[in-house]
Amino acid sequence: MLGSGRHLDRSVSGEVAALGRRPRGDAWLPLALLIPAIAFLALLIIVPMLQALFLSVQSEAGALTTEHFERMRGDVAFSDAWRNTLLLLILVVPLQIVLALVMALLVHSRIKGHAWFLYVYAIPLAISDLAAGILWLAVFTESGYLNSILQGIGVIERPVTFLAYTDLGSVIATIVIAESWRATAIVLVVLIAGLQLIPRDYFEAADLFGASRFRRTIHVVLPLLRPSLQSALIIRTIFAFQTFAVVFALAGRNFPVLMGEAYNWYSLNRNPNVAAAYAVVLLALTLGATFIYLRVLNVAQAERTR
Amino acid sequence: MRLKRERTGIAVLMVLALIVSACATTGAPSGGGGAAPTGSDTGKGFVFASTQFTPVPEQENMRTKILAGYKGAALDFITEAEAASIDRVTAEAKAGGTGQVGLIGYENGQFGALAKAGYLEDLSSIVNKYKEKLPQDMVTLGKAGTSGQVYVPWMQATYILAVNKKALEFLPSGADVNALTYDQLIAWGKNIQDKTGQKRIGLPAGSNGLFHRLFQGYFYPSYTGGLVTTFKNADAVTMWGKIKDLWAVTHPQSTTYNFMQEPLQSEDVWIGMDHVARLINVLKAKPDQFLAVPAPAGPKGRYYMSVVIGLAIPKTTPNRGGAEAVIEHLLKPETQVLTLRENSFFPVIDVPYPADLDKGLKLEAEAVIRQSNSKDAKVVPLPVGLGAKGGDFNKAIIDSFQRIVIKGESVQTVLNEQGVLVQKAITEANAPCWGPDGTSTGPCQVK
Repeated sequence: MLGSGRHLDRSVSGEVAALGRRPRGDAWLPLALLIPAIAFLALLIIVPMLQALFLSVQSEAGALTTEHFERMRGDVAFSDAWRNTLLLLILVVPLQIVLALVMALLVHSRIKGHAWFLYVYAIPLAISDLAAGILWLAVFTESGYLNSILQGIGVIERPVTFLAYTDLGSVIATIVIAESWRATAIVLVVLIAGLQLIPRDYFEAADLFGASRFRRTIHVVLPLLRPSLQSALIIRTIFAFQTFAVVFALAGRNFPVLMGEAYNWYSLNRNPNVAAAYAVVLLALTLGATFIYLRVLNVAQAERTR
Repeated sequence: MRLKRERTGIAVLMVLALIVSACATTGAPSGGGGAAPTGSDTGKGFVFASTQFTPVPEQENMRTKILAGYKGAALDFITEAEAASIDRVTAEAKAGGTGQVGLIGYENGQFGALAKAGYLEDLSSIVNKYKEKLPQDMVTLGKAGTSGQVYVPWMQATYILAVNKKALEFLPSGADVNALTYDQLIAWGKNIQDKTGQKRIGLPAGSNGLFHRLFQGYFYPSYTGGLVTTFKNADAVTMWGKIKDLWAVTHPQSTTYNFMQEPLQSEDVWIGMDHVARLINVLKAKPDQFLAVPAPAGPKGRYYMSVVIGLAIPKTTPNRGGAEAVIEHLLKPETQVLTLRENSFFPVIDVPYPADLDKGLKLEAEAVIRQSNSKDAKVVPLPVGLGAKGGDFNKAIIDSFQRIVIKGESVQTVLNEQGVLVQKAITEANAPCWGPDGTSTGPCQVK
């Protein structure tokens, strides 16, 4: 992106000259190039999205109805699912952003072995959600690794049941740990890419003025990283709303989340309408969150095209 | 140079991230493989879709061993969740012509919706060939309330208790482990907790567990003598009191258990009640350390659930002859025994068990026979005739459990409210009473 402005200045006159010569039929070319992407989006995203919307407001006879939304709201798990999803969002997203930022700065600082860090941090990316959940289940279950180790070094006398339905606090803690482990790497990759877009000149200028590493991070890196942070936050928040497999493995029925309820309604209760109602709620939440991020972080035009 | 290498690394990671996040949302069915076609061409290849044998090792056993003896058209055995499979067959039926699914293997209760819509072939001619060999009540069940034969019985299963021998020293005095009552089971769990400080009874109350079946085939009938008709009566209130007592001595991680063999194997749990196919691994792995025993009895008897798995042919089958050949292969006595050996589902054809049966399987087979031969034994089928409303019905029961036992709401209030939902599911499915509730004209009624 850097330098595209200069390039524009130089070529404007040439472009104008070229315009006259360009055959008229060329105008469709950009559109034609966009068609595959548009068709893909329309067929695989927009159509199913509309179908889900219709499913959620359609009664068996085909009339418009709010019965599915009422059924969803009246469901035993609904209020818990809301609370749990938001709780996870509040706990997991900031933690992951901070963790990923620290990790990204570490990798970017080019300390010895920084490339190695990157690869190690990225390992969880290669593991599916459910596999990650099962892996952490093996850690936290009663006869799991954590209890064995704690018992082995004599910290506890008998195994602790971390995943008991009676102890929501420890269940949440295990989910937050597992989710952070699993999905921080995605944020990390976005942030590293952002860091690499920052021209070295800025750092050199900061060094020249005698800025300490800390001040450089606060005053140079973070502001310039804002567009990437925004993307990372959006991606991560969407994923947080969709948290499902890890929770499913670690807490089963005892910690309902919105996405999990959508799955249960479709798959276990055989009711696609209520499942669609959940999906619509999730869609609204996701759109809302994205809108808020775009507004609050309000990345100025100048910074975006930097 | 270093920078360049790092950038390449990041590019690779980003692509990887995209692929991973794309894969995470698909939950691709684990198809593929399939029995290889043989030399003689016997028609078009087809898909055998099953809601059974979802664990990967069971799928592999099915493809490489159980179906190995079938010599016919190319066959692709896949397993799917109930919802996905029914939707696929329905979609193929609506699309018309021939589809890809040539044969389906479902649980008794899962055929309802497809049978009702008329998407399945009448298999009377096949069943007639096995008249002497198949149990008559199973054949009747296979009509699924229609005049034709919706499915051919394929294999069967039930639910029993698996017990770690470590638990035996805590067995309440006077209790016979092979003829327990629910009161004794509760006392047993309490005893273990008092003496060891741990709760060692386990129930499959996880999201994918079959806990609802224990209510439908065991707790409810054993305490109330019914399920739907007695859903909220005084006996049901008593039963829920007992369930609370049982839950109080049940391992608190039970809400995450889907297959009891796992916590039994790790010894988080010593006494587990589940479907035989979800207990077999631990019995096979440690046959000398475990017992398999019949389900407990309640005041109304020792009710147990018989799970019948059947085979049906969609009308859109690409190869009816091939599908019939597969059915005939699966019903051969040697295939039935092979299915028991490999995937722990019991034969529907009367075949003698071989002497060299695996020790764990032998434990189960003995427990199953002991269960059905107990003097107070009474058999219950899976819910019949609910079709697509089966999910709502199961949910009404599991939600009752959540509200009464986990959230501690008033029993009678919950039963009155959930009873409305039970009734709604049954009325919408227009399902007459089945099994423990006797018979009815019109939909079964919650009384």
